[in-house]
Amino acid sequence: MHIMEGFLPVEWSAFWFALAIPFVVYGAWKVKKEIERDPKSKSLLAVSLGFIFVLSALKLPSVTGSCSHPTGTGVAVVLFGPSITAFLSSIALLYQALLLAHGGITTLGANTFSMGIFGPIFGFLVYKALKKFSLSVAFFSAAAVADLMTYVMTSFQLALAYPATPGIEGVLASAIKFLGIFAITQVPIAVIEAFVALTLLKSIKTYTPEVSTA
Amino acid sequence: MKLQRLIFPIFLILILTASAQEWRGTDEVAEEKIKELNPDYEPWFSPLFEPAGEIETLLFSIQAAIGGFLVGYFLGRNERES
Repeated sequence: MHIMEGFLPVEWSAFWFALAIPFVVYGAWKVKKEIERDPKSKSLLAVSLGFIFVLSALKLPSVTGSCSHPTGTGVAVVLFGPSITAFLSSIALLYQALLLAHGGITTLGANTFSMGIFGPIFGFLVYKALKKFSLSVAFFSAAAVADLMTYVMTSFQLALAYPATPGIEGVLASAIKFLGIFAITQVPIAVIEAFVALTLLKSIKTYTPEVSTA
Repeated sequence: MKLQRLIFPIFLILILTASAQEWRGTDEVAEEKIKELNPDYEPWFSPLFEPAGEIETLLFSIQAAIGGFLVGYFLGRNERES
């Protein structure tokens, strides 16, 4: 789940916005370039965005007794890379912040950074590392890692804003607490997401074999 | 892909083995933790619009429906064209 509206102090809200905005703007520009390069890519951009919309709307129960939702960014990052994924994620996050009071406008920068940038970059690296070995394993791992690392980042974002004691040890102590809430809950959900993403990416590969994965 | 049939058993096991009274969201649990770590913190901004009750369910469903449409429509079109 995203960081709630108003729950990051002003300076941290500003900090995460400053980090996220360049990626999102660059991603928007890359979307434009991609469509100019190949107008057909519009349909896969739509599929990637649609996948983020569906998966981030599904709040699933997990082993910790609380619910969280997947991120759906694995498909976008495999097909188009991290910057386009950042832009697509920010659209889904904006919908949820404005209409669902889920996440928030003041925490949009932080949530975009975790879900649209940090998680997907890790997913992308894992994909790049594994794709020579096995495409299926690479698809699966990219989606699972992008999902899980999103919530690892969320935990650290909250730990930085709410250290248990001043200083780095306090941040780490808080991080462990928040990881216990977000990351543990996310593990089985990331596995489910990875199965679904694998199915979708395989069918995309079958029907549009010429698609150049990023 | 036989492996993918595992999704549903995994999902079932998740629901059946986890026991919880209220199935709260992790964001709500985190909110409690924040109040424990910093009891003086007051959220400085509240959502501009907060859907009440079932309206929230409706808007979440619309989000999923938009996504499902985008995936299904464009994937189907790709398949037809290929």
